[in-house]
Amino acid sequence: MAKKNAANGAAAATGRVGAKRPSDERTLGRLVDLGTKVSTESVAGSDPFVDIPTRALSNTNWNAKRRILEMGDASQRRNLFNLGQARKFMQTLLIASGCKELIEQGKTLSLRSMYYKSLHTIAGTKEKTFADQEESDPIIEDLEVALGSLREELHVFASERGKVVGNLTIIDNGDEIDLRRMGTGGYAIPSIVEPSVIKFGKCEAKFILHVEKGTVWARFNEDRFWQKHGCILTEGGGQPPRGVRRLLRRMHDELGLPVYCLLDCDPWGHYIYSVIKQGSMNLAFESERMAIPDAKFIGIRASDYERYGLTDDVQIALSDRDTGRAKQIAEYPWFAGKKEWQREIQTLLRNGFKMEVESLITKGISFVTETYVPQKLAQKDWLD
Amino acid sequence: MSGTETPTLESPASPRTRGSKPDPKPDPKPDPKSDIKSDPKSDPKSDKRRPARGATAEEMSQRQREISVSEFFAKNRHLLGFDNPRKALLTTVKEAVDNSLDACEEAGILPTIRVELMPLSETRFRVTVRDNGPGIVRKQIENVFGRLLYGSKFHRLKMSRGQQGIGISAAGMYGLMTTGRPVVILSRTRAKDPVHEVVLKMDTSRNRADIVSDSERTDDAGIFPEGHGTQVSIELEGKYLKGRQSVDEYLEQTAIANPHARIEYRTPTGEEILFDRAVAELPPETEEIKPHPKGIELGILIQMLERTSATQLGAFFKQEFCRIGPSVAKEICASAGLSDRTWVKQVGHADAERLYQALEQVKVSAPPTNCVQAIGTKTLLAGLLKEVKAEFYAASTRPPSVYRGRPFIIEAAIAFGGALDSEEPSRVIRFANRVPLQYQQAACSSFKAVLETNWRNYGLAQPRGSVPVAPLVVMLHMASVWVPFTSESKEAIADYDEIRKEMRLALQECGRRLQTYLNRRRRMARQGERRSAFLRYIGEISKSCGELTGRDAKAVYDALMKQAEAKTAEFDLVLDDEGRVVDDGGSLAKDEGVVIVESRQTALTSPVEGEGAAPPVEGGTLFADSPAASTKRAKRS
Repeated sequence: MAKKNAANGAAAATGRVGAKRPSDERTLGRLVDLGTKVSTESVAGSDPFVDIPTRALSNTNWNAKRRILEMGDASQRRNLFNLGQARKFMQTLLIASGCKELIEQGKTLSLRSMYYKSLHTIAGTKEKTFADQEESDPIIEDLEVALGSLREELHVFASERGKVVGNLTIIDNGDEIDLRRMGTGGYAIPSIVEPSVIKFGKCEAKFILHVEKGTVWARFNEDRFWQKHGCILTEGGGQPPRGVRRLLRRMHDELGLPVYCLLDCDPWGHYIYSVIKQGSMNLAFESERMAIPDAKFIGIRASDYERYGLTDDVQIALSDRDTGRAKQIAEYPWFAGKKEWQREIQTLLRNGFKMEVESLITKGISFVTETYVPQKLAQKDWLD
Repeated sequence: MSGTETPTLESPASPRTRGSKPDPKPDPKPDPKSDIKSDPKSDPKSDKRRPARGATAEEMSQRQREISVSEFFAKNRHLLGFDNPRKALLTTVKEAVDNSLDACEEAGILPTIRVELMPLSETRFRVTVRDNGPGIVRKQIENVFGRLLYGSKFHRLKMSRGQQGIGISAAGMYGLMTTGRPVVILSRTRAKDPVHEVVLKMDTSRNRADIVSDSERTDDAGIFPEGHGTQVSIELEGKYLKGRQSVDEYLEQTAIANPHARIEYRTPTGEEILFDRAVAELPPETEEIKPHPKGIELGILIQMLERTSATQLGAFFKQEFCRIGPSVAKEICASAGLSDRTWVKQVGHADAERLYQALEQVKVSAPPTNCVQAIGTKTLLAGLLKEVKAEFYAASTRPPSVYRGRPFIIEAAIAFGGALDSEEPSRVIRFANRVPLQYQQAACSSFKAVLETNWRNYGLAQPRGSVPVAPLVVMLHMASVWVPFTSESKEAIADYDEIRKEMRLALQECGRRLQTYLNRRRRMARQGERRSAFLRYIGEISKSCGELTGRDAKAVYDALMKQAEAKTAEFDLVLDDEGRVVDDGGSLAKDEGVVIVESRQTALTSPVEGEGAAPPVEGGTLFADSPAASTKRAKRS
């Protein structure tokens, strides 16, 4: 927060790109339209409402041609004069007016700060506008889909997660950052990575390697993998947040770099890959800007256990929940038509155990960076 | 019998000897031992010096003699409701008040009754009951008050409170036995006649009364302001307690079932309680009916044959029964192998038995029902309304039905909510011919009918095999020419399928109305919640809209408020009519059998179960301190 505000303050002085964004005008217009619509309906004596596109599997369509998940047309009408919806209706408008204020002032707030911004006790009652952040986060997402404006366009961001190093220079809010000189810590990927904030500089990378979590990323960074192989190395702290996904997509699109994913051999790893590749169900409306349909899955593969002669020690038994999730993933339409993926999941289920990327450590500390990944890349041994 | 009563049993001996009558010979059958003690002179053992085992038939025959009904009941007084001092006090008041009400109604007088309980010592009371009835002619006084089984009601099939003619004389007898004090009766039949004051003492062996004194009083005519009436005073051993099964409760319930009566009551502590008249019409008069062919037994048939004035069978049936015409009479006689011309005198036992069977089989229409009169839903509601402080009242009167050839009507009424206790099991109050039944609840058909009604269907909590636990009073009334009591003390209605079924149906009708009411109340509570939710949020919404559009929020606020009011109009109706009746525009408002007292309704927005906010009324009795005021607040009175 403090960092952001300081940056914004500096922006005004230095003429750098501030929190003002090209999308602001459009977003403001949509917010005003929402207020006008509700006002007009109220004055006309009808029950005011906001239509909110449904964010669920039932309203998620697999666009096989574009190879991304798209949001369907289903939406839920949120009325004021419906006891079950009145509170949420009030919250939606409250958040909307809060966002308008942010945009007008050219400032951004985190999800948590946004919760505090909209939090107060309703006059004459003991009721709070929001009970906790759990209640405000979904309202912000509702507003995003209802307006068709992204969270960052509303000047709200999530807490940061994920790092990057590699053969690339970026300009973050006017500051040039050489990702080749980030030491052991790496560059923390901000929540908002839109071109207004982050621009790309000199790039010498040939591909992007995305790994699941920080520990594996640290191994690759210490071994200077990105330097040896001329690539960009990212991690997303598990399920990558929007900033990481958006950055991956931008690097893929704008720098023309292929994306390879190194994830755990379990249903959760598979789903991370799925989200990077074709988008998530919850944010299907953002797939267009986030999904990387050409991303490849290089491992860990269920067959690697035999192929690399791993020992029993690395096995982690599949729980019932894992098994159920694996079967569920196999049935997603975007996996259903892929024989190789069906085989992969079948092997996983037949094995009855999962494996983490770290299991390769048993073959040697740098086995994964020196042998496993280079081999896979050389052999083009990946799943699509 | 409790030990405290034993000494008082001896005390009547002295007035009895003064009366110069022979001492009653002990009755050897029921309880020889106690007789020996109480009258050693006539002890057969001391006279004959022979073990009782060796008594000869002659000796035994000397001891075998008629037992008078009075003697029998003197020894078995629990059969009449004099089991213990507390119940004795209640039974005495009850018999006197029932008689008064019956007399007034038969004479077409709106009853005004005064009941006084004067404590004479810790365990002794003088019960005085005065009415404005027609009075009793002088020569009948000793019969009415001094003889058991003497009365106008036993020999006819007519709806009345008393039936056997036992009650008041038994009370006098009990008083005499426990205190030795005679019964004092004041009676006046016409304003121009003097007040007769008769002091009576029961002679149990002869089942008649001895007159201790008999005078005419012209001086204190003021006690019968209407010029006629009867007052009876009985001194007795008793115990006064409040609460369930008390005199207070009896009078309260009597007032519920008899809102046409005005009852003044002076408690032993000197408190004056008034149960005011709520309706100014007497209950409609009932017709006396003859027995119905389906309702008699062989012995009764034989007795009727012996007593009839008819000479031929055809005439006998037409004359003594209802619903038997000449052709039916012929049919009965024919199927018994007799003719309608057969002489009644020639009908033997075997013939009677065949006639009885023929009667059982013959098809006749149900007895006429003008002989039973319901209290009526309106009157029932008026009665409940003035004595039970609730918020919802419903009553239902069933059409007449028949058990064993006897017509009857079942009525039910319920009072719900208000000041009633929601944590306690519901109270069931039972009536037979407008008389409260206070004992043996569990044995009573009415109570069983309440138990077997599924109150859960109507939105009340009801533990298995129990009455509902709810702020509810359930009232059941059976009106009949002959109420089948389980015992002579008239405490519980016997189980007949036909009766129980009618009771259930009446309760279900009330239950359904309650359900409608509860549903409506829940709906209103929900509307209230909605309204307040909308009101809470409208401020925030209009403010946000103002911020978004940069325009005045007031217009939006006003428009939304208007909408909220319109959308919760149902709730508004209640708010606006506070203190008055709510017309939901639906079935309840038009229902004659329903009264809703809105001002007694508490906390609209709280759920039904949580409404025990009003403190429970002490001691379970619910005397209305101002019945008139509460009636005014009600929809109908």
